[in-house]
Amino acid sequence: MIINHPILGPRDAQEFVYLGDASLIDRPDGMTAGIESFHDYLYNRDNPAGLHRELWYHEQGDRSWLVVTRNTVSHEITSVELARDVARARGRSK
Amino acid sequence: MSQSNRIQGGLIDRSQTFRFSFDGVAYQGHPGDTLASALLANGVCLMGRSFKYHRPRGPLSAGSEEPNALVQLRTGARQEPNTRATVAELFDGLEATSQNAWPSLRFDALAINDRLNTFFTAGFYYKTFMWPAAFWEKVYEPIIRRAAGLGSLTKQEDPDDYDKGFLHCDVLVIGGGPAGLMAALTAGRAGARVILADEDFRLGGRLNAETFAVGEQAGADWAAGVAAELASLPNVRLMPRTTIVGAFDHGIYAAVERVSDHLAVPAAGKPRQTLWRIYSKRAILAGGATERPIAFENNDRPGIMLAGSLRAYANRWGVAVGDRVAVFTNNDDGLRTARDLKGRGVDVVAVIDSRPGGDLLPGIRHLQGAEVIDSAGRLGLTSITVRQANGKTEVISANALAVSGGWNPNVNITSHHRSRPEWRDDIAAFVPGAGGPANLAAAGAAAGDLSTHGALRGGAEAAREALETLGLQAPYSLPQAEDAPIAITPLWYVSGGKGRAWIDPQNDVTVKDVKLAHKENFSSVEHLKRYTTLGMATDQGKTGNVLGLAIMAELTGQSIPATGTTIYRPPYTPVAMGTLAGRSRGKEFKPFRLTPSHKWAEEQGGIFVEVGNWLRLQWLPKPGETTWRESVDREVLATRKSVGICDVTTLGKIDIQGTDAGAFLDKVYANTFSTLAVGKCRYGLMLREDGMVFDDGTTARMGPNEYVMTTTTANAVTVFRHLEYVRQCLFPDMDVQLISTTEAWAQYSVAGPNARKLLQKLVDQDISDAAFPYMGAGNITIGGLRARLFRISFSGELAYEVAVPTRYGDALIRALTEAGREFDAVVYGTEALGVMRIEKGHVAGGELNGQSTALNMGLGKMVSKKKDSIGMVLSQREGMNRAEGYRLVGVKPVDPKGVLQAGSHFLKIGAPPVLESDGGWLTSKVYSPHLGCDIALGYLKAGDQKIGRRMRAVNFLTKTDTEVEIVSPHFFDPEGERLRG
Repeated sequence: MIINHPILGPRDAQEFVYLGDASLIDRPDGMTAGIESFHDYLYNRDNPAGLHRELWYHEQGDRSWLVVTRNTVSHEITSVELARDVARARGRSK
Repeated sequence: MSQSNRIQGGLIDRSQTFRFSFDGVAYQGHPGDTLASALLANGVCLMGRSFKYHRPRGPLSAGSEEPNALVQLRTGARQEPNTRATVAELFDGLEATSQNAWPSLRFDALAINDRLNTFFTAGFYYKTFMWPAAFWEKVYEPIIRRAAGLGSLTKQEDPDDYDKGFLHCDVLVIGGGPAGLMAALTAGRAGARVILADEDFRLGGRLNAETFAVGEQAGADWAAGVAAELASLPNVRLMPRTTIVGAFDHGIYAAVERVSDHLAVPAAGKPRQTLWRIYSKRAILAGGATERPIAFENNDRPGIMLAGSLRAYANRWGVAVGDRVAVFTNNDDGLRTARDLKGRGVDVVAVIDSRPGGDLLPGIRHLQGAEVIDSAGRLGLTSITVRQANGKTEVISANALAVSGGWNPNVNITSHHRSRPEWRDDIAAFVPGAGGPANLAAAGAAAGDLSTHGALRGGAEAAREALETLGLQAPYSLPQAEDAPIAITPLWYVSGGKGRAWIDPQNDVTVKDVKLAHKENFSSVEHLKRYTTLGMATDQGKTGNVLGLAIMAELTGQSIPATGTTIYRPPYTPVAMGTLAGRSRGKEFKPFRLTPSHKWAEEQGGIFVEVGNWLRLQWLPKPGETTWRESVDREVLATRKSVGICDVTTLGKIDIQGTDAGAFLDKVYANTFSTLAVGKCRYGLMLREDGMVFDDGTTARMGPNEYVMTTTTANAVTVFRHLEYVRQCLFPDMDVQLISTTEAWAQYSVAGPNARKLLQKLVDQDISDAAFPYMGAGNITIGGLRARLFRISFSGELAYEVAVPTRYGDALIRALTEAGREFDAVVYGTEALGVMRIEKGHVAGGELNGQSTALNMGLGKMVSKKKDSIGMVLSQREGMNRAEGYRLVGVKPVDPKGVLQAGSHFLKIGAPPVLESDGGWLTSKVYSPHLGCDIALGYLKAGDQKIGRRMRAVNFLTKTDTEVEIVSPHFFDPEGERLRG
């Protein structure tokens, strides 16, 4: 597979480490959210046949965490974004 | 015997003669020969025995689809089993031997299996070797393996190198026949970067095997001319002897180049084979088609061959497989074999054409509406029995029979992403279906265009279309070529016989086996394949699969498209393990990382142990020490008595800087670091989000906005990855920067009552207890060299860790041991380190097992609930906080001579050794020279309430059952007076 890194251009997937569903970005705040919502956050995932947003880490590269949108049926990659930009867009800061 | 079957013509170089041997008999051949063509030229058709029945076999084909002619090549360490003689390029001095036959190919003792064939039907293994279950591994399997074998391994190390490489192109053309050559020419002339790969050593594909003209030239000459032009283009890379074995995602293809297989020994510096990863923008599959046989009784004798292959031996290699040749066909292409052989002066005794009517071949006995119903000849064909249209049978003497059941497009690579081939009635074959690999187009025979003109046009058009998507214009003009229609009336097998008719000759699958599978309700194609093993041999059913499907379709009364087909996976042809491994073998399988003191320790005769990729000192024997325990006990006692030095460079080190560095650490550690004073260290516990302990280590605050984190050796990489995840994905606006400095600093632990005295000799600053108290950290200098000092202890002694830039690590170990001479300092390894940390009750690998919480480790109070940190919330789950959960305890044998074993389970005294009584287990065990007995750490249910109790530690594997006392995990200096000294 080839991942089109937003900064570095097309890179072989071998340079990356896969983590999983990009919904991990939406971590609840531990001071306000309870065990239930953390349980849902950590364990409950959708498993779509189709577009899936997932986290990849460019470990043998520039150490960027990326959100890759990949079709789980065809492996077609339709978008690659910096996870930091995605996190900010979803309201995360400090 | 000197090439008795060689006839005029062919693309071999008769000016040179190669000598070679088969089963010890010497023969001669020429450059351009394959092993099969050279053996056939010498009148040798018997080349192997079948897998199950040990039937005598000769080649069925002239290419990579070959199921029968599997041989062993070369001798000694280069011996290679299961090589298809039909694609093994002949070289001078080649030694080949037959396999799966004993004592000889002509007389094979296990041919008795053939007489027992009613016993060895489909599902034979499943039905026969059922009972008793214990017999499978010990009795049945070894016997089956001996009887049903292929070649054997030498068990010697392969002396050759195998390489891996990467290539990039605009257009990858797979196959170098008329379609592939035309595609590469069209794309190459237009200026695109082109790679043309073909499994053959000579480009041209079927053009080399036919008598067709292309334009004004013979087809083979046209192919040679195009190959020469392509070779002259700087933007084209020609790769003969290269098989595209698989299609992968995003235009990536795997290719195996047989760089040196055609040489006795690879040239200096050259690999035997190279595994290429080819990145392409567009790919064109011009892989041609493979002929299939027609099944009839005893259709597997040496001398019975696919018609196109028999014709290829005559046209390309100048070999007449027999001097009395018959042809059995259901289509017009089979008639070409009769015409070409007659044209070369070979006696064509009859053409048995299953189709009634049509034009008769001139000058040849052409029997229409006839079928071959049987054959004779034990080690080679002597005659065939023909049933004519009027029902009369006739025995015809023949020593070669060409069989054509039609051609199957080589769709394999289009199925590698699970696309299903589609059936086309007009050519009675499967063609590539929709949904194949993106940006791959099939052309020529692979797409079902089975004429030469169709191939040339299809190749050019595929190239034009591919280049258009890349913004390039690619005009082309086509040379004249034959465009004969496909005239075929399908015939899959000849009915009415009582004997066996083969469809998969290598795995000995016959028409009867398909019928049996149907009768036993294994009628789906996937079941048929697995029940009969049809298509599961090294040839993966390239010739016979479609026959099996068609027969099943007939039995179930369904059409072939409704019956469906199994699909193909990589690799297209077998790939040697050595090729996949490349240079990653033996010591080169993974790199070793050496610590800064490695050279010094090696000079001293140190013993090393692999820890991840690192080689660490395990212990350092002194002269006269004969057991490892002597050395380790001495290292421990000397450290506790005076001072010991240990290389701890392998611990992960991460520099963390920024105005939010403290806040960031509060997120990733369960305990608090933002309040840590500058110049101090703190032990940190890192959890996973699920509340389990992830890692631990000490982290020092070097400045208001600067921390230095240490991790365990094992988790150095994963902790750094996790920190980047937290920084980028969870808290993207924190002002915090990270860099791994594991390799930048050489770090030594100096531990023991004299540690300070020793270090003070080297350190420029005052490191007295007042100036550098317990858990102090700071930048110092050693003889002017910048260095870092941390007053931390893993051993429980007064201890420091001192770090210098890595390139001074060797100098520092020498300086430390020199300065330590007056204190009788020792250098200790990982074993002594382990003894001292267990004596002190520190957790490490055995306790940090990914299934344990801070509470389990007795560190529950470290998880701060005043702040949000990774894992804080879920560590509060009820199930993880039960009072009867596991707690870390110390363990001592009641009898000091008692033996402890890591992995032993706790049992109450008197309780039966069953799962219900299980109280936990011993995680780590050492011999403590300080206490003079074995000691261990363990997880015991409600262990904190059981201190002082006696239990049993039982281990069924090592057969130990020891009465133990549960104690505090802090065996040594529980108040910590020594490390504060």
